[in-house]
Amino acid sequence: MSFTVIPMRRAPAPALRALLGAAMLAMAAVTATTNARAADAAEVDPAQIVMKDFMFAPAALSVKAGATVTWRNQDNEPHTVASDTGLFRSGALDTNESFTFKFDKPGTYHFLCTIHPYMVGTITVQ
Amino acid sequence: MAEIPALESRRKALKCLAYGGAGTLFALAGGVLTPIELAVAGSDPKSAASLGRPLFVQISDTHIGFNKDANPDVNGTLSRTIELVNAMPEQPELIIHTGDITHLSRPAEFDLAQQMLGQLRSTELHTVPGEHDTSDATVTEYFNRFGKASANKGYYSFDHAGVHFIALVNVLNFKPGGLGTLGDEQLAWVEADLKARSASTPIVIFAHMPLWTIYEPWGWGTGDSDRLIAMVRRFGSVTMLNGHIHQIVQKVEGNITFHSARSTAYPQPLAGEGPGPSPLKVPEDQLPRMLGVTSVSVIKHPRSLALRDSTLA
Repeated sequence: MSFTVIPMRRAPAPALRALLGAAMLAMAAVTATTNARAADAAEVDPAQIVMKDFMFAPAALSVKAGATVTWRNQDNEPHTVASDTGLFRSGALDTNESFTFKFDKPGTYHFLCTIHPYMVGTITVQ
Repeated sequence: MAEIPALESRRKALKCLAYGGAGTLFALAGGVLTPIELAVAGSDPKSAASLGRPLFVQISDTHIGFNKDANPDVNGTLSRTIELVNAMPEQPELIIHTGDITHLSRPAEFDLAQQMLGQLRSTELHTVPGEHDTSDATVTEYFNRFGKASANKGYYSFDHAGVHFIALVNVLNFKPGGLGTLGDEQLAWVEADLKARSASTPIVIFAHMPLWTIYEPWGWGTGDSDRLIAMVRRFGSVTMLNGHIHQIVQKVEGNITFHSARSTAYPQPLAGEGPGPSPLKVPEDQLPRMLGVTSVSVIKHPRSLALRDSTLA
């Protein structure tokens, strides 16, 4: 298993963080989309998964409860990130676009790319 | 079912498939649907006419919105495809688009694609979604535009010229690591749809992803298509069409012909070449021919299976 190290980024505005937390459970998909658009401007916890060569890398990642995970597409082909339970689902991510999701509860979360469903991965939240 | 003359025609047509072009014409010849390479049909109307009257044209994988090196002008190649179809001496009554209309499911991409496809002289357009058309977070853009024919289910059937057409969706409800899926509900609907039909009715089934397994590691297949195939075995002429893999691959199994269409946008690698089915960049002057990157199965006999991948130099 390999981990991608990304540089630290700026902290998010407190209002944005509060909004994301409140809306997360009720409107996961919509919130996640908003969150993805804000990702470039906002701080995220340094947990990143890249999509490259039709694989998630790392394909398995452990984070602490409350951590935000960012998926970034580095392929020349769009990918998506979707939970197998429907908890989160990105729109199509073109090259260099990213999606983030905040994991509040401990557990094991499986995800796939809905364009290439043989691309799979797992987040373990402790 | 098929007679020798029809077989001869089909063999010739399959040879034609090895040479460039951007769409596939299907003609009804001797009760058997025969694919004809569109460029050949356009340049040699006599040969097309001798195979029967045009029934429908299959267009696939237009990927409007794609802007990478493999083809920076997918609008242009779709326009050329439309011009080719519109120039056919006898217009097909139907157009079937086997999905990936857009690249990223964005509203502007759908709007442009609809505007362009509206320029076809054949006005009856039937579609199924590709996984690129259902990649918006809410999976609504495709259905808002094309869902009416199916009450938003995506699958539907219709009859035309004595042929029964069935449009299926195999790009939703993916299971991790899996192939395309039809699902219990859709398969039950197909069973009911076919129940009262006589075995002599020609059947055309179209979906985006291949309805037989071409290459499992890249998801080029449909996991539960064996149940679909079992339902259609009693019919004398069955044609199963798909897009998705941007190249022609054909197989005949009993009375069932499987046919994968080319893309109008960009070629993809042959199965297993490279890390995944990425857009394939080729020299610019080769692109029109590479849209015709071909994998052809030449049929020796209707009861034999033949599957062959080949590239055109």
